[in-house]
Amino acid sequence: MSSYSYAAPTSVDEAVEVLATNAASGQRTQCLAGGTDVLVQMSSVDREPRLLVDVKHIEETNAIDIGNNEIYIGAAIPSAILNENEELKALLPGLIESADLIGSTQIQGRASIGGNLCNSSPAGDTIPALIAVGAQCVIAGPDGTREVATEDFITGVGTNCMSDSEFLLGLKIPRPGARTSDAYLRFIPRTEMDIAVAGAGVALTLDENGVCTAARVSIGAVAPTALLVQEAADALIGTNVDDVALQAAADACSAAASPISDKRGTVVYRRKVVGVLCKRAGAIARDRASA
Amino acid sequence: MAEAVDLKAIGTRPIRPDGIEKVTGRANFGADLNLPGMLHGKILRSPHAHARIKSIDVSRALALDGVISAVSGKDFPEKSGNDLGVNIIARDKVLYDGHAVAAVAATSAFVAEQALALIDVEYEVLEPVLSIDQALSDNAPLVNENNHTNGDTSKPASNVAAYQIMSRGDVEKGFAEADVIIEGEYRVPTAHQGYIEPHACTAAMNEDGRGTIWCSTQGQFDVRSNTAAVLDKAVSSIRVIPSEIGGGFGGKTTIYLEPVALHMSELTGRPVKMVMSREEVFRATGPTSATLCRAKVGAKKDGTITAATAWLAYEAGAFPGAPIGPGCMSVLAPYDLDNFKIEGNDVLVNKPKVCAYRAPGAPQSMHAMECAIDELARELDMDPIDLRMKNCSDEGTVAPYGPTFPPIGLKACLEATKAHPNYQKAKPENGGRGIAVGFWFNIGMQSSAEVRIAENGGVTIMEGSPDIGGSRASMCLMASETLGIPYEQINAHVGDTEGTGYCNTTGGSRTTFATGMAVIQACEDIIAQCKQRAALTWDLDVDQVDWEDGQAVPKPGVNADVSPLSLADIARSAGRTGGPLLGRASLNAQGAGASFSVNWTDVKVDKETGRIDVKAFTAIQDAGKAIHPAYVEGQMQGGAVQGLGWALNEEYIYNDDGIMENAGFLDYRIPVASDMPMIDTQIVEVPNPSHPYGVRGVGETPIVAPLAATSNAVRDALGFRIYDLPLSPPRVLEAIDEQENA
Amino acid sequence: MAKVHVTTSVNNQPQEFLCEPQESLLNCLRDEINLTGTKEGCATGDCGACSVLVDGRLVCSCLMLGVEAEGKEVTTIEGIAEPDGLHVIQQKFLEHAALQCGICTPGFIVAAKALLDKHKDPDEETIRYWLAGNLCRCTGYDKIIRAVQDAAKELAA
Repeated sequence: MSSYSYAAPTSVDEAVEVLATNAASGQRTQCLAGGTDVLVQMSSVDREPRLLVDVKHIEETNAIDIGNNEIYIGAAIPSAILNENEELKALLPGLIESADLIGSTQIQGRASIGGNLCNSSPAGDTIPALIAVGAQCVIAGPDGTREVATEDFITGVGTNCMSDSEFLLGLKIPRPGARTSDAYLRFIPRTEMDIAVAGAGVALTLDENGVCTAARVSIGAVAPTALLVQEAADALIGTNVDDVALQAAADACSAAASPISDKRGTVVYRRKVVGVLCKRAGAIARDRASA
Repeated sequence: MAEAVDLKAIGTRPIRPDGIEKVTGRANFGADLNLPGMLHGKILRSPHAHARIKSIDVSRALALDGVISAVSGKDFPEKSGNDLGVNIIARDKVLYDGHAVAAVAATSAFVAEQALALIDVEYEVLEPVLSIDQALSDNAPLVNENNHTNGDTSKPASNVAAYQIMSRGDVEKGFAEADVIIEGEYRVPTAHQGYIEPHACTAAMNEDGRGTIWCSTQGQFDVRSNTAAVLDKAVSSIRVIPSEIGGGFGGKTTIYLEPVALHMSELTGRPVKMVMSREEVFRATGPTSATLCRAKVGAKKDGTITAATAWLAYEAGAFPGAPIGPGCMSVLAPYDLDNFKIEGNDVLVNKPKVCAYRAPGAPQSMHAMECAIDELARELDMDPIDLRMKNCSDEGTVAPYGPTFPPIGLKACLEATKAHPNYQKAKPENGGRGIAVGFWFNIGMQSSAEVRIAENGGVTIMEGSPDIGGSRASMCLMASETLGIPYEQINAHVGDTEGTGYCNTTGGSRTTFATGMAVIQACEDIIAQCKQRAALTWDLDVDQVDWEDGQAVPKPGVNADVSPLSLADIARSAGRTGGPLLGRASLNAQGAGASFSVNWTDVKVDKETGRIDVKAFTAIQDAGKAIHPAYVEGQMQGGAVQGLGWALNEEYIYNDDGIMENAGFLDYRIPVASDMPMIDTQIVEVPNPSHPYGVRGVGETPIVAPLAATSNAVRDALGFRIYDLPLSPPRVLEAIDEQENA
Repeated sequence: MAKVHVTTSVNNQPQEFLCEPQESLLNCLRDEINLTGTKEGCATGDCGACSVLVDGRLVCSCLMLGVEAEGKEVTTIEGIAEPDGLHVIQQKFLEHAALQCGICTPGFIVAAKALLDKHKDPDEETIRYWLAGNLCRCTGYDKIIRAVQDAAKELAA
C-alpha cells in the first residue's frame, strides 16, 4: 500500500513543477491551503494516500493587493485574516461576510476563499459571493497563469476546471466603484457550524437617484454548482430595489434553482428560501450602496 | 430526615475537587492512556441495515504489515451470543448500519484503518425495517424471526418485543363525562446523547487469565460483569479502572469496545487500545428511541380531567429494550386521575440498539401528553398553569405506576412559575411561549463508600460512582456537613472495581442520592469510631461523648475536665486507640424522591424560513435539597439545552436503505453556544423524606419538559400545532405553507 | 513510510517530533509528544475539543497536519496556566462551575483565551459566536459564558 507524502513549495514555479512531476508519475495529488476540507476528507471520506501540496508558503497565494481598479486576494489567506482587513471589508462586505460564515472561529483561522472554491462544493459559501462581485480565478500551471470567471471555474459537484498540474493562485475582483456594494446571506438550521441549505449573493450599483444600474445575483446550494441568475439581476436593474423588485428577483432565484432534497433541506424548502435570501441580501446590498 | 437544620457546607458552591486537573488538561479521559507495546484496534462495520453474513475473510488484512490480529463474531465464545454479545460483534446477521462485523489490532491506528478495507465480507442484503409504522404493518419483514411479543410463542413472531399496560378506573366512562376531548398523534425522532468524548478503552490480558480494562464508563462494575459475560470469563478475573468520563447521559452505561479489545489482547499478548470515531459513535452506539405516541385527554368545563389515555410505541433498535417502562410511568405522573390507560410497545427496527438517554423514555411520552394538556387549556380557555394546578399530583396521590407519592414538589414548582418574573414578562413580539411539566421518578439502588482518615485528619472518600457532572464535590460537601470539618480537608475518589466496594452504574439520577447516602453513613461510622476513641482517651463511656462541629466533646452534664478532640487529634493518636480510622457503608437505597419541573420556552419564528429562535428559557425544578446548587443549576441548564436541541434540530436521518446520513456533529445538529440564550433556573426545595439531607436526584428531569414546552411555544407563535419533532426549519415552513394554503 | 521531522515550539519550549505526513497536529500532540490535554471529539472540526493556538491564532488541531507545525509556535491547554498559577480563565471556569464532565473544557479555555487576547470587552453575543465552534453537551453553555464574561472583567480590571 502506498503512503502519503507532503510538499511545501515556496514559489509558483516550484509548485508547478511538483504538481507536474507528480501528475506525470500517475500519483494522486491534492493541494492544501487551510486544509479544513482536505483533512476531513482524508480521515473520513477518502483515505487513499496521496501527495499533499501545501500551497500557502507561496507569496502569491498570501498576497492582498487593493489597487485602484482591481483587488487581488491570495487563494490561501485564512478567512480570519481577511476579516481583520478593514479596507477589504469596507469594499467587499458581502464577500468577506461569506468567508466569515465558513465554520467556527477555529475554522476561520485556517480556511481560505481559495480552498472553498477549489473544494467546489455546491454549498460553498464564498462561491455565490465571488460570482456576484465578478471575481476572476487566477490559475497557475505549466504554461503560466490563466484567468477564469468564477461561474466557469466550477464544473460540477466537487469538480472544477483545473488540471492536475494547475493550482489556484488567487482571485481578481474589480474594485467596486461609487454606490456599489454587495451582500451574501445563507440559511442554516443553527446559527453557526452548518453547511448552507441555500445561499444568495447580490452585488449592485445605484445611481444618484437610487436606481440600480448594474447588478449580479448568484445563488448557492440549490443546484450542482452556484448559479449566476441573470433574470434576478434584470429584475433589479432599473428599479429602486424596492420590495416589488426584490420579490421579482427572489422569484427569479426560486425559478432558477434546481435543488435536491437531502439531509439539509427539501427541494420545496430550498427553492423558497433561496428567494427569501435573495430578497434580504438585495436589501442589504442596496442599503450599503446608498449609505 | 433531618429537620431543617443550620447547614454549613450543604448549599454552598465550592470548587470541585477534580477541577484543577480538568482546567489544565491533566485529567485523564478514556483515550488518554497509552501503554508500552500497545496495539490499536479498529472495527469494521456493516454498510447494510439488514443482511445475512455469508462469509468473512480476514486473510488479506492479516497479511498487511503491522496487523497483528483480525477477528470476527465466530472468534468469540458461543455463550456470548446473547443480545449484548451479538450487538458487540455480529454473528450470522447484521442488524443495523454500523453493526460491528470484524475487528483488527495493528501497530498503529492508521494501519488498522487501512486493514479494515482488506477484510472481505459477503452479504446477502435483506429488507430492513426502518420505522414503527413499517414494523407494525402486516407482512413487515421481521428484524428477528424468533421474537414473540413478551416471549409468548403461542403467538406468531412479531417486531413487537414487549407490550405493557397500566390502567385505573374506566376510561370510557371518563371520556363520556368530559366536555372537551383532545386527541393527537406525536412523533419524536431518534436522538443521541451526544457526549463529546467518544467511547474509548485500553485492555490488557495477562497470561494468567486476569485482565485489566481502562475505559470511560458510567459504571465500572457493569463493564466488568458484561465483559465477563460476553467473553465467558469469571467476573473476578477482570479489573475495570474507570477514567474520567467525558459525558455519558446514559450512553455509557453499556459496553461496545471492551470485550473486543480484551479478546484481542488475549490473542496477541499485548495491550489493545480502541477509540471510536465520532461517526462510529453515531452509527453504532445506542441513541434513544424514536417514538410514536397517541395522547387523549378529556376534561370537564371547569378543567377537571376525567380520563386520559396514552398509546406509546418506541423503537428499540435491533434488540429489545426500548424504555417503554419509564415512558409509561412518566406520561401521566403529574396528574391525579381516576381514569387512565397507558400502553407501551417495544418495537424492533433495523437501527442501533437504543441505550439510556437522560430520563430514558420520559421526554417522548411526556411531549405527547404535555402538548395535549396545552391544547386542552386552550380549548377550555384556561391558564395552562391553573389547569395543571387543578389536576396535579401531590403528596398522597397514587402514582399511575403504583406507589403513593410522599411529599413532592410539583405544586411548589407550579406556584413558583406563576410568581416568576420571567413568566410575568410579556412574551416575545410575534412570538410565543409554551410551558410544560417534567418528571422523573429517580432511582436508588446499591452503593458503597469508604471514608478513610489520614494521620493528620485529612479525609478521603472512596466510592464507585463515576463522576460525570461534579458528584465528587457533592460527596465532599455531604461529608463535610456530616463530619463537621471543612470541605477543603476532604477529597473524593472514584475507585476501580478492586479499589472500592460495589456501586451500581451512575444513572437514573441516583449518585448524589444513593452513593451520597453511603458516604453520609460512612461518615457516621467514622463519628461513631471517633466517639469511641475519645471515650477511651478520656476514660468515659461512649454514650457520654458527643460529636459537635468536627470534634468529640463530653456530653452536656458529663463531668470531665478534658479538651475537645478534633478529628485530627483522634487521627494522630489512632495508633494508640485501636488503629486507623476507616468508615464504611454499603446499602440498597430506598425512597429516591421523584423530581418534578416546570419549564417554559419563549420563541420567535421566522415565517419566511421556518427558523425558530429561542429567546428565553426558564427551568424550575424540585431538587429536594441542592447539595451544590451550581451543579444542580448546571444539570437543569444542560438538560434544558439537550431538550431544546431535540425539539429544534436533532434527529437521526436515514436513507431508504437504512443507512444513517448524518453521522457527525456537522449534520446531527446539537445546539451551539450562539443558538442558545442564558438558561434561567430556579431551584425549589421540597425535601425528600428518605434522604438524610432531603436530596432528590436532579439529573434526568431537566431534559423532559423542554420538548413539549418548545412545541407549545411554537404552537402559540404560529396559531396552529405541529405535532412532530424536530421543529426543523423545513418542517416548520412546510407546515406554515400548508396552513396558508388550507 | 517515511516519517517527517518537524521542528516547532510547543508551549514556549522548542519541540521536535517525527510524524507521518497525513498525521494531524492533534495526533502528534497526543501520541508523539504526550500532551493529552488536547482532546478529540470528532476529528472533523465540528466540536472544538482539540482547539490550540498556532502563532496565536485559534485552530482545530484535528484539521492541521503535524508537518504544518514546522517553524510555528503552538500553545495547548497545558501552556495556558501562568508560572504563578492558573490563568484567570481557568480560575473563572472553576468558580462558575463552567464544567461538568470536563472533556470540552481544554478547548473552551484555549478558545476563550484567543477571544480575550483579541477582544478586551466582548458582549454576550460576541462570546457566544466566538465559542460556537466549541461544543459542550453538559452545561447548556450558560455558566461557560458567564465564566468568560467574568474573566474578561477581571482581565480588564
